[in-house]
Amino acid sequence: MADLTAARPAVDEIREHYTAHIQRKRLYGGILLAVFVALMAAGFRTADSRNAGSFADGFTRVFDYPSEVLAEAAEKAAQLPGHLVDFFPALVETLNIAAASTLAGAVFGTLLSLLATRGMAPWPALIPLFRRISDICRAIPEIVIALVLIFVLGGGPVPAMIAIAIHTAGALGKLFSEVNENASLKPVEGLSSVGATWAQRMTLGVIPQVGPNYVSYALLRFEINIRASAILGFVGAGGIGYELKNAMSWGQGRYDEAAAIFLLLFITIVAVDQLSGLLRDRLTHGAKA
Amino acid sequence: MTTFDTNLSPAELKLNMSRLFLRKRLMNFALPAAVLAYLAYVFFAFDVPGLWEKASLDNAKTLVSDSYSYKTHVTRDNRSGEVSVAVEGERKGAYPDGMSPDWVDLGETTVIDLEGGHVVTFGPHTIEYMIPGYGLVRATPSRSAGVQAELPPGDVPEWVNVSKNRLAIKTEAGRLTVTRNRAEVFRYFAGWELFFFTFDSPYYGLGAGELMQRAATGEAGAIFQDFWTNKMWRHQDVAWAIAETLLMAFLGTIGAGLIALPLAFIATRNFMPIRTLRFAMRRFFDFVRGVDSLIWTVVLARAFGPGPLTGALAILVTDTGTFGKIFSEALENVDQKQIEGVASTGAKPVQRYRFGVIPQVTPVLLSQLLYFLESNTRSATIIGAITGGGIGLLLTQAIITQKDWEEVAYYITLIVLMVMLMDWFSGWLRRKLISGGDPAPKRKRAEGKPFLLP
Repeated sequence: MADLTAARPAVDEIREHYTAHIQRKRLYGGILLAVFVALMAAGFRTADSRNAGSFADGFTRVFDYPSEVLAEAAEKAAQLPGHLVDFFPALVETLNIAAASTLAGAVFGTLLSLLATRGMAPWPALIPLFRRISDICRAIPEIVIALVLIFVLGGGPVPAMIAIAIHTAGALGKLFSEVNENASLKPVEGLSSVGATWAQRMTLGVIPQVGPNYVSYALLRFEINIRASAILGFVGAGGIGYELKNAMSWGQGRYDEAAAIFLLLFITIVAVDQLSGLLRDRLTHGAKA
Repeated sequence: MTTFDTNLSPAELKLNMSRLFLRKRLMNFALPAAVLAYLAYVFFAFDVPGLWEKASLDNAKTLVSDSYSYKTHVTRDNRSGEVSVAVEGERKGAYPDGMSPDWVDLGETTVIDLEGGHVVTFGPHTIEYMIPGYGLVRATPSRSAGVQAELPPGDVPEWVNVSKNRLAIKTEAGRLTVTRNRAEVFRYFAGWELFFFTFDSPYYGLGAGELMQRAATGEAGAIFQDFWTNKMWRHQDVAWAIAETLLMAFLGTIGAGLIALPLAFIATRNFMPIRTLRFAMRRFFDFVRGVDSLIWTVVLARAFGPGPLTGALAILVTDTGTFGKIFSEALENVDQKQIEGVASTGAKPVQRYRFGVIPQVTPVLLSQLLYFLESNTRSATIIGAITGGGIGLLLTQAIITQKDWEEVAYYITLIVLMVMLMDWFSGWLRRKLISGGDPAPKRKRAEGKPFLLP
């Protein structure tokens, strides 16, 4: 009993301490929240004032354009299948850009990642260099390279492909090297003990371990690259984006074409999204027995 | 079941084995062969052989040389005889009257020293170019007879281009063009001229030491003002453009997160008992994600016009779908026990969410938000190029003019630095916020589904 009475002040002290702690925490949280809200509000106002049309005006008109397009597409619904067929080659081109750049990017990304992973790199001293290279490749937005290459090579799918491939190599290089870090180095040691060259050690010792993860990341990247190649088409790199730009610049009267392109793009993205989701699930969790 | 359990004879086993090996070997060749075949198809589908004809090596050369060098034009108006000197031939880069670089000697006859023995003289009537190892080239432009050129005897070399109305000479020291109306000399220099101050600034041509001294004596404001309003490089506009791009990424990402979080609750099995609503919300996320950011950008640009707000909204709408999906998956993996624990103390539903759910999902949400903040900086550049806002717009404008490649190089450098800085910043913040300052364990990210960002 004597213990309890002696402990009283200690409990009070603890409670006081706790309350003060909570209050301090709340205060900090409140300040942080206030700063954050102020930042958002200020940012919004700045963006709004520097925009051509204001938010309040534009908000009521958001659905004007889609409804115009849809109305016109509905009017000419009979021509829609024809347009879908017409624009299919452009869609194939966009898909080809995405696929080819994903392939090229994955190959270079694999190389970069192997050169930048401790324990696998043939020149350990150069690891930071290869890391920086993949950082820089990742940091360059595709549009920058695409626009410059369009100037040199002329419009078409190749500039877009190269641009996306460079970015993909950087992005996959980073992700792959994270995968590599979790791979066991024992097969590599085993192979080197029997005199395998670096290329043999990597293809026989590392790639089989990391293969499924690589493919899963590459599939995700493919999805992203379809979107990217559609956007690059808009600035002159061919494919469905280019057709969309043309169809839009015709303005009213040709909105049915724009609608057809919107539809094609939407279906493709959703289909690839679902398919790659399924495939990735199988790759990372194994086939369902 | 191991091979020892089977009642197959060794011969059959061996046959099975060799079949397996054959299949593996075939696969090993078939896969690369398929990839190669596809690449070959793409090679021809993209018309790569025809590309070399279309490709312009001259463009590539100007691009590369222009990005790290500049040229100064010395121009003589052949009608009035006036000589002007301007960097890149632009009005805003012109030397003020009577001022010229030290290799140009203005006067009745203007002497331009291109170094290495190359000297161009703009006389009252004739223009002379002394080319070492070749000789003296004289050209007399007149309104009636065009350009009369006198070349040293012998064959005309390929770097000299003579016609009735035009003389063009291109040497390693520079370039001379004479037409009926004017004579122009280009001299190339390495570097980005007038990057800090233009000629109209009193601080042009001062060294860093003297500038520091002047800044210390109270001219810092004026010096900064002159730098900031540099007409050639427009530092102010560029800084605003970068701020706009970052603003787009920030507003878009955070806004999408704020909208997606409450919606994500509706799309989860454990928080939303009504099936149809859950299903509808999931399809809504899929729809928003499926309509590509390109389409959203185009649609929103129609409503809001060009500018940073349009870009921010385009990012916001696209990412709402992605965040909705990610957040609802995170919410479905929430541990029910903590919620029960909070509920057992008599907490109301809002308190249950606040203290039972949010602390569990915060790390996932924050790390995804920060990842997207970084990748959206890149997207904002691209969207800016389409809608017209931020650094993306400046970049496309500079590329469209097809001559300001040094500005293009400058913008590209800035964009890369900006993205790398954001990458570093979001990584730093992620470590700070999520692991409370401790270095995050490497394997942390392998949990759950891997997410990859655009």
